[in-house]
This record gives sequence, structure tokens and C-alpha cells, in this order.
Amino acid sequence: MAGFLGDLDLAEEAAAEAFATAVRKWPEQGMPSNPRAWLVTTGRRRAIDRLRRDRTFADKVRLLAPREAEMFDLDESSIPDERLELIFTCCHPALDVQAQVALVLRTLAGVPTEDIARAFLVPAETMKRRLSRAKAKIKATGIPFRVPPDHLLPERLGAVLAVVYLVFNEGYDGHVELSAEALHLGRALAGLMPDEPEVLGLLALMLLHDARRAARVAGDEIVLLADQDHSLWDATQLAEGRALLDRALARRSRGPYQVQAAIASLQATEDPDWTEISLLYGELVRLTGSAVVELNRAVAIAQTGATTEALALVDALDLDGYRYWHSTRAELLRRLDRPEEARSAYRRALDLARSDRERRFLEHRLADL
Amino acid sequence: MQYALLIFESPNGSEDRTEEERAAVSAEYTAIGEDTRVFSGAHLQPVTTATTVRVQDGQALTTDGPFADTKEVFGGYYLVEAEDLDAALELAARVPAARFGGAVEIRPVAMVMP
Repeated sequence: MAGFLGDLDLAEEAAAEAFATAVRKWPEQGMPSNPRAWLVTTGRRRAIDRLRRDRTFADKVRLLAPREAEMFDLDESSIPDERLELIFTCCHPALDVQAQVALVLRTLAGVPTEDIARAFLVPAETMKRRLSRAKAKIKATGIPFRVPPDHLLPERLGAVLAVVYLVFNEGYDGHVELSAEALHLGRALAGLMPDEPEVLGLLALMLLHDARRAARVAGDEIVLLADQDHSLWDATQLAEGRALLDRALARRSRGPYQVQAAIASLQATEDPDWTEISLLYGELVRLTGSAVVELNRAVAIAQTGATTEALALVDALDLDGYRYWHSTRAELLRRLDRPEEARSAYRRALDLARSDRERRFLEHRLADL
Repeated sequence: MQYALLIFESPNGSEDRTEEERAAVSAEYTAIGEDTRVFSGAHLQPVTTATTVRVQDGQALTTDGPFADTKEVFGGYYLVEAEDLDAALELAARVPAARFGGAVEIRPVAMVMP
């Protein structure tokens, strides 16, 4: 049975996006106006290479706070300690959330300022100023360059996890370096806090998503979850992700990342248990209060065969500006043999589509009606 | 580093407090003031006692009331010497106004009068 647009792949991405909005910092401070449009062009590849070759990594560190320059080996197998200090500094609550994300992209992922600007849909000058203001604030206000002490760590962790996950999701569309950077950071955090269930949960979630990366696209076309070639799934990453998830759940302190990881784990099977998945989405809705997560729950319910119920749930949501809401409605209407309504929903989704791949996929579905 | 902790109070709340509650809050402010890192501070009289002065074309224009016509009112400040922003934040979080609907603004000090 053919699925939805990106079905659960893009729905996962949507859930991640939804979760990011639910994380406590974001409702207060507002999200970037177009977080999913963080387009990173080929310039980033040079920047990442440059970052890796650059043995004076501390130069970038020094941009944030006056410190002794130290030499670091940036080869893949070792993660310099300073990366953790850096990410906690970049995510300090005294900094505006948009500044936090821009700083992490610039200083940890080595994304050129112009690319970050394009992604945030602002002029390069604006982003340059935003970054230098943030750096100036760090210096002027004495934001300490460190991993927070134990008693502050739990409250500081939320912002860091959210930013790491956002960087990971930026790599979702094929910008592998960003996902790789996010995984590096996730591992460093797990090494620092091996008993923290949401840290393990986030790493598990990223691994479980990353494991299916090769199967998600065929040539230049989106491949839905139901159609993916399972032999292209990375079994090692799946196993590692599942082991981490088990460790996290054993701490008996469930949180949104663990629940999302559990969902991802169930999806990466021969015959996903959609009932179980919809129950997990229910838990995630309770944890996040997110309408987009509720949309995903409706999708899972539809996958169990309860299409009418699913459509009722979807229609009850106020997500008119959200492309996946329209594409989900379109698919449900198609299944309920209401092609005219499906057609207008697909058209609405097309209006809001953000990539050529998405557009092609939707046009296909529209033509197939 | 030196920081100014600027305390903004919410207008509602303090009227409903009992004598004991008021005394307890007062004691908290005193305790913060006695922290070794706090080297100066002041609690201002109520906003009803405020007068505001502006000068335009050499003329002093005086008005009754505070500068900022906001719900929250500037009520006082501490000057502290703290290791870093996190230390200043911890002190600021203890200020009673912050949990009674007000807020504490923290700014590093550029220059302090001796």
C-alpha cells in the first residue's frame, strides 16, 4: 500500500520539527521563520573540509571567548573535548535561540555565514551581525566557556539537545556532513552523560533515522518508507540505536526523544506495528502538546486501516499553513475514494512544497488520481 | 566581573500579603544583600513617589510618576561581583520579585562609582 508524502520519513522529520517547537525554549523565544529551509550549498563541503584540516580549531573557539590557543587533532576518531564546551556556550540561555542555532552551525559545523543566512532567509549582513552580536555578548557578559556544573546541567541540556537535533535534521535532505556532525555531538554528549536517558534517546533516534538514509532516495526521487529497500538499511546503526534505546528506557524516565526513537525503531522493521506506533505517538502528543505530532498519530492510525477515523483527527487540527497537513489529507481522501477533494488538497500541498523532489512527488500523486 | 541586578516588581501581589509574608520577603532581600558578592544596592520607595525629569531646549520638564509606563516597576538593585554570568544568574534567581510576577535584568557594569 502506497503511503503518504515522505510518509513517515518526512513525517518523522515533521515530528522532529514539531518537537523542536515544543521544547521549552522555543515557545518563549520563537522559531526561525523557516527552519526547514536551511539550505546549505556546496560551499559547506569546503567549509567542513577546512574545519577538519584546520589544526588550530581553537581559533574558532577563541572567536567566542578569550582563551589559550590549543592544538587539537580533528581526525574522525577523536572528539576534542572543546566541542562540548563550545556547544554548551553556544546554547547558553542568555543568547537568543536563533543566535544559538547560528553559532552552532557556524562554529561547530563550519557552515559559512552566507549559507546560514540563506537558510534563515535573511541577508548575509544580517546574519554576520547576528553572529558577531552573539559573540560580543558572550564576551561582554562573561558567559563561561565550559560544560555546566552538575546542578545546572539538566536545565541546560534541553537547548543543546534541541539544537543538535535541528542540525541533524538539516542533514536529512542529503547534506550528510551536518548529520555526521550532529551524530558526533550526540556521541560526545552520551559520553559525557551516559546515564541521562534523553541524551541516549536522542543519539538512538539519530542513529535509527540515519540507518535508513541510503534507502530514502533512489536517484533523485523520494522513496516512501513502505517502498524502501531494506537491504539498504544500515544494520549496524539500527542495532546500535536499539541498544542505546534499551539503555535509555531502562532508566525508567521516558521523554520525547526516547519515544521518538521507539517509533523510529518500530518503523525500521519488515512489518511495522502501526497500532503500537500510534500509541507511542499518543504518548508523544501528551509530552509535547504538538499538533504536528497529533498529525503523525493520525497517519499511524490510518496505517492500521482506520482511514475515516484518521481523517476526522486530521480535520480537527488547525494546520492550514503546513504542507504535510494538506498532503496527509490528500492521501486519506484518495484512500476514501474522494478524488476531487484529494486533488485540491494535493494542489494546496504543492503551493507549500519546499523542494523540487517534494514537488515532483506531489505532481506524480496528483497525476495518478 | 561586576554585574548590576535591576529588579522589576509586579504591581499585584504585595498588597495581598500578610505581615509575616511581607517580613519573610524582606528578610530574603536582606539575606541577598548580605551575600559577600553583593557590594552595593538599594531598595527604592514605591513608584507613587516617583518624579521624572526630561530636558528639552534647555528647559527641564518635570512630570509626576515613573519614566516607564509599564505594569512592572523598577524597585531597586544590587551591584555584585561574580565569577561569571551563571553565578550572577543564580543570585538573581533568588530575588523574590522574580517569582512574584516581576523580573531581574542583569547587565555587566561598565564603570562603578567608588
